[in-house]
Amino acid sequence: MSKIVEGLKYSESHEWVKVEDGVAFIGVSDFAQKEMGDITYVDMPDVDDEVTAGEEFGALESVKAASDLISPVSGKVVAVNEELDDAPEKVNEDAYENWIIQVEMSDPSELDALMDAEAYKAHIGE
Amino acid sequence: MAGFPYFPHTDADVRSMLNRIGVKKVEDLYADVPKEFIKKGAYALPDAMSEPEVRAWLNGLAGMNAKMKVFAGAGAYDHYTPSVIPYITSRSEFLTAYTPYQCEISQGTLRYIFEYQSMVCELTGMDISNASLYDGPTAAAEAMKMTVACTKKKTRVLLSKGLLPHVVKVVETYAKFHGVQVGYIPVADGQTSLEALQAELEAGDVAGVIVPEINRFGIVENHAGFADAIHAAKALLVEYCDPSTLAVIKSPAEWGADIAVGDGQSLGIPLCFGGPYVGFMGVKKEYMRKMPGRIVGQTTDKDGKRAFVLTLQAREQHIKREKATSNICSNESLMALWVTVYLSLMGPEGLREVNKLSSDGAHYLKNELLATGKFEDPFPGKPFLKEFVLKPSKHPGLVQNDLEKAGFFAALETEEGYVSFCVTEQRTKEEIDQLVNIVKEG
Amino acid sequence: MKYYDKLVFELSQKGRVGYSLPANRFPAAPELPVELRREASLDLPEVSEADVVRHYTNLSQMNFGVDTGFYPLGSCTMKYNPKINEEVAALPGFTGLHPLMHAGLTKGALKVYQDMNNFLAAITGLYAFTFDPCAGAHGELTGLMVMRQYHMMRGDLKRTKVIVPDSAHGTNPASAAVCGLEIVEVKSLENGRVDVEALKPLLDDTVAGMMMTNPNTLGLFETQIKEITELVHGIGGLMYYDGANMNPLMGVVRPGDMGFDIMHLNLHKTFSTPHGGGGPGSGPVGVAEHLVDCLPDLRVSGFHGNFGVILRAYAYILMLGKQNLKKVGQYSVLSANYIKECLKDAYKLPIEGVCKHEFVFDGLINDGAHDDVHGATTLDVAKRLLDFGFHAPTIYFPLLFHQALMIEPTETESKETIDAFIDVMHKIAAEAAEDPRILQEAPHGAPIGRPDETAAARNPILKFKDAQ
Repeated sequence: MSKIVEGLKYSESHEWVKVEDGVAFIGVSDFAQKEMGDITYVDMPDVDDEVTAGEEFGALESVKAASDLISPVSGKVVAVNEELDDAPEKVNEDAYENWIIQVEMSDPSELDALMDAEAYKAHIGE
Repeated sequence: MAGFPYFPHTDADVRSMLNRIGVKKVEDLYADVPKEFIKKGAYALPDAMSEPEVRAWLNGLAGMNAKMKVFAGAGAYDHYTPSVIPYITSRSEFLTAYTPYQCEISQGTLRYIFEYQSMVCELTGMDISNASLYDGPTAAAEAMKMTVACTKKKTRVLLSKGLLPHVVKVVETYAKFHGVQVGYIPVADGQTSLEALQAELEAGDVAGVIVPEINRFGIVENHAGFADAIHAAKALLVEYCDPSTLAVIKSPAEWGADIAVGDGQSLGIPLCFGGPYVGFMGVKKEYMRKMPGRIVGQTTDKDGKRAFVLTLQAREQHIKREKATSNICSNESLMALWVTVYLSLMGPEGLREVNKLSSDGAHYLKNELLATGKFEDPFPGKPFLKEFVLKPSKHPGLVQNDLEKAGFFAALETEEGYVSFCVTEQRTKEEIDQLVNIVKEG
Repeated sequence: MKYYDKLVFELSQKGRVGYSLPANRFPAAPELPVELRREASLDLPEVSEADVVRHYTNLSQMNFGVDTGFYPLGSCTMKYNPKINEEVAALPGFTGLHPLMHAGLTKGALKVYQDMNNFLAAITGLYAFTFDPCAGAHGELTGLMVMRQYHMMRGDLKRTKVIVPDSAHGTNPASAAVCGLEIVEVKSLENGRVDVEALKPLLDDTVAGMMMTNPNTLGLFETQIKEITELVHGIGGLMYYDGANMNPLMGVVRPGDMGFDIMHLNLHKTFSTPHGGGGPGSGPVGVAEHLVDCLPDLRVSGFHGNFGVILRAYAYILMLGKQNLKKVGQYSVLSANYIKECLKDAYKLPIEGVCKHEFVFDGLINDGAHDDVHGATTLDVAKRLLDFGFHAPTIYFPLLFHQALMIEPTETESKETIDAFIDVMHKIAAEAAEDPRILQEAPHGAPIGRPDETAAARNPILKFKDAQ
């Protein structure tokens, strides 16, 4: 059983979003980190890069796989989690505590298209 | 018909295997192939030869090639191959292995690749090396793609006109299909022009710049100021180098390069009409994840023993597929072993001695040729090692012809009408004197 | 195999040398200007000749090659590498040739290229070959350049897509991307073949062509190949043949006759040249007559490709001659089908029916899993095989099956070897059913046990000095 946190928004490609003061924190779900296995590298954009909802902004890598990270919202990257450069395993340890990027949203209404915890639970079939 | 040495199947074997499968004849195993595609009639191939016949035939063909004293370089150098190298590289355990996918029974391959990577880093001064690329020119092409991948959205790469023509050609071919525009930096006074480079950088959109440490005139270039100018334009500096010479001239890292590439052929690999050679690439650490090709890393096994594995594979084609930086899969592993054994034998002193012998011989030849009065020095006073160009008073082709008749492969013509010469430690003083005499008489 | 733990750097003692060079009889050249001289240290090993020989001999003994034992690595065609090939490729009359020597000085070498062109044309049904590519993936890239060049020369610039089946080798999409083409994937049917109905809607005038492997990566012949080539040609596209799986067709079927316009061959697979632990290979590209004009501009390697490898393949074809060519294809298919039939009682065969030179199992039928025990995976089977003196098959490829185990025996293995392999595979299946841990802890007798690959990727140690 994967952990799903109430109050977050989820995308079909298993990213979560938490909004604080108009800034979207984006990470991956517990289900996604389990699917990947031991994460060896998190490929992240640079601060000030633009991201677009539905398009890739980075990737997770394990020994035998790579999986794109798809942005659930559009906007400008205002922070990346540099701790993950040296310790990508943090995503395995707690996928919700360890956000990957923060985005200043250009269109907050995009959040409406995302799933809530219950819908996401149904989406992953648990 | 008598048996064939590479097929162990006896008639009885074939019958019993067909029985087990449940078909009558071997042809039935192709029943799913549309009949029209089964080849009818004989193939237009010669009759099978026996091994002694193949040996005799190929010895005959080898004998049809001219046996020449090589005074030419231009990207392929007649350096000496210690006898240990072919002895080691022909060991079946290395020669007949595949890419080291099953690391538990491939520690031999993985260890020498790790040693090779360490040696490439040592020579170039770069942080990271891959397990090898096809040859120098394709290594330059991979570097070109890498600069584009590392700088996001930029689409222009600059090539020095001092690069060898075969390197330029291959980079141009890759660039054309990869959607990269190629610009050129002229050579002024025997060296890639920093002024022209700056002007091109100002024009913008430059992802990377490829310059030769030693250019096609044999001149050792001075790249002071290149890295600063290129980095200020947020582009990458790629140094193309002859690894043998890196023992004595500034390393790519000392020039501030982001990527170093070149051909490992000068490290004891025979000329062999152009291949197999080995391309090498060293990069700065921050570009590690965009590097093409296999990379070997050190780790431990479950009992804590030191072990080596293919690593950072998520960069590669079998995982990233169309998003990989490169499509490279098989590279030149055995030639990497060749280079590794060479560098182990030569060590730092041997490599310096090779350079000293080649350079002293080349300078001697150049002085003797100038003394004939039949050449002008287009680049007087410019520093060189084993290779140089001269401007002949007669047609360049005629100089080459005269020498060729006497068994010398020398005096290759450049696009400017110069002729180039190269001297390695394999050329004796007698050979050089003989060459000069022919020129005198010609 | 024993474990040997040295790196050549660790044998180094200052002052030792392993080389011998002539005395210097030239006047000293002027020194390089200071600003051009290397100042950085150069820490290469300093070792004696005997040290070097013993070190690399010890390393070699931790390696497994075709000459060591059976190597059923699917898609890699690990056939026996004849020794006459090595002998002729080492002749000084060939190895001493400078690549810029003109035709008058290299008549023997050029004869090799000319003959090889004719031989490969005869074997494949294509018209002309370029020998510049140095490996299979390099050949794919070159072949796709031919494809784009063809459309460019006709002024048809909108063709930017290439269709690739979902079972394709990973190099196919990667080569296409390097060549500036966009990949469109076409699905496979339940029976492992390309879904022609799914292909049809993908075809329009933006398609440059389609890449195919036939037999495909499941070892299955694409029975609808005629329809597929007609459809692709019908919209003006070209058909590309990935020659990685050419071995079963040797002497029986020619890609050119099936309608392919461009192909590459892997001389280091089909034509018996040794793989060298990951190259040098050679990936000549053949084209149909109407594409010959697309070749000349494409310079993809420094000189003339890997001549030394081409020589080896040449010797092999001379040995085979027209009399033995067909046996290559037939015996490779015979051996593969025999193994498949003998092992399908213990391993899941997802698609029944005759295969070509290779086939894919989807893991064990009884992997020993029960309530409190995980079953043995394909990885475990592969690692356990090493204990019995066999190389493992290709695993987890193609991606169509989760536990893919891809077996390719080649035509050079005897029935005794194959039977021994079958026995061991049965024994492993029995072990798995009884106690999967035996497999999960394998290999037990290799120089090292399973390595920590996660640590290797998280904290890369990529050179000797990183480890110090």
